[in-house]
Amino acid sequence: MLSPLGLVRQLGHATVERIWRLGFAARFLFAIILYSGASFRRLGLTIREIYVSGVLSLLIIVVSGLFVGMVLGLQGFETLQRFGSTEALGIMVALSLTRELGPVVAGLLFASRAGSSVTAEIGLMKATEQLKAMDMMAVNPIARVVAPRFWGGVISMPLLAALFSSMGVIGGWLVGVVFIGVDEGAFWSQMQASVDFRYDIVNGIIKSVVFGVAVSLIAVFEGYDSVPTAEGVSRAITRTVVTSALTILALDFVLTSFMFRGTS
Amino acid sequence: MNRTVLDLWVGFFVAIGIAAVLFLALKVGNLSSAHMSETYVLKANFDNIGGLKVRGPVKSAGVVVGRIADIRFDSASYEAVVTMTIDGRYQFPKDTFAGIYTAGLLGEQFVGLEVGGDEKMLAAGDVIAKTQSAVVLEKLISQFLFSKAADGQDKK
Repeated sequence: MLSPLGLVRQLGHATVERIWRLGFAARFLFAIILYSGASFRRLGLTIREIYVSGVLSLLIIVVSGLFVGMVLGLQGFETLQRFGSTEALGIMVALSLTRELGPVVAGLLFASRAGSSVTAEIGLMKATEQLKAMDMMAVNPIARVVAPRFWGGVISMPLLAALFSSMGVIGGWLVGVVFIGVDEGAFWSQMQASVDFRYDIVNGIIKSVVFGVAVSLIAVFEGYDSVPTAEGVSRAITRTVVTSALTILALDFVLTSFMFRGTS
Repeated sequence: MNRTVLDLWVGFFVAIGIAAVLFLALKVGNLSSAHMSETYVLKANFDNIGGLKVRGPVKSAGVVVGRIADIRFDSASYEAVVTMTIDGRYQFPKDTFAGIYTAGLLGEQFVGLEVGGDEKMLAAGDVIAKTQSAVVLEKLISQFLFSKAADGQDKK
């Protein structure tokens, strides 16, 4: 049935489809920015979305940040003990959180907690033809539905990542200083001596902003582009989580290779 | 949910987000300690800087008094030119001695300033005349081995 020519044609079709979707996503981002005036003029729309994607993600971010920090404290102590430099525990916990784990893990959690719900919401609106109804009432669905959700995500993500890093440092302090008994003064002073504000913390914040834009764009795009059936929406949600996770990890490598070249 | 409750929650969220950034900046980072409002620049030429890095500390009597701003190679004198920004609160005499030391056995390298007795102080942009290069471990070991070998030959 499948001739060699047919196989080649399928390959070509798949390639063109992928590139077309990429181009559509880029034009979609352009349209969001073009029509995002309303989401700041009618601030209530964006504030509602910050509540949905930011405030409702607070619990998962705070709890997982605390636990990641506690695990870092335990494992870091275990390893540093062999070299007799347990005072460096603060440096290890703070640097790994502010540079990498804070933005990346918060981004992954944000994609699965908030990104998926945004995709589901927009996908269901499309399936029940609410977006078409808006269009008929001369309300631009991108300005009314998509842009506020996008900006809500972009604003929430850096705040959540900073919160994750802070909770992680507190978790590391809890395990290292309170439970195990690393010297408190050395823990904080060594941390402060080697964590640079511009180099480590600001770069971490830049990372989280980039991840926020990527995850929010993927979430609204997958919702808007979903096949308007029950199965299509569920597939779109899966694609949001998978694509967001892969994008975050790939972008993280690219950003790290630009930011931290090892010439400290 | 009505608007005021929503605003309250979002305000609460943004406030603790900003508090987290402040916590990272002030308690975790060095924004509070690295507060050098007025600085001036000193330069020093070294034959060999070893593993000295930009942004490394400049210490005097063990206290961090500045940071290394720039390291470059002078192709005229074949020396390394190290530019340091020094905290404006501290002044050093003209005959201050600059050396490259290592913190601990495997720690980072830093510039140590040893104060001389001159009455005149170094001004901004001055070059420290007396310097000592970093100790290169391989050279030290080979010197030691050569002197041992020489000793052995003398005895024969």
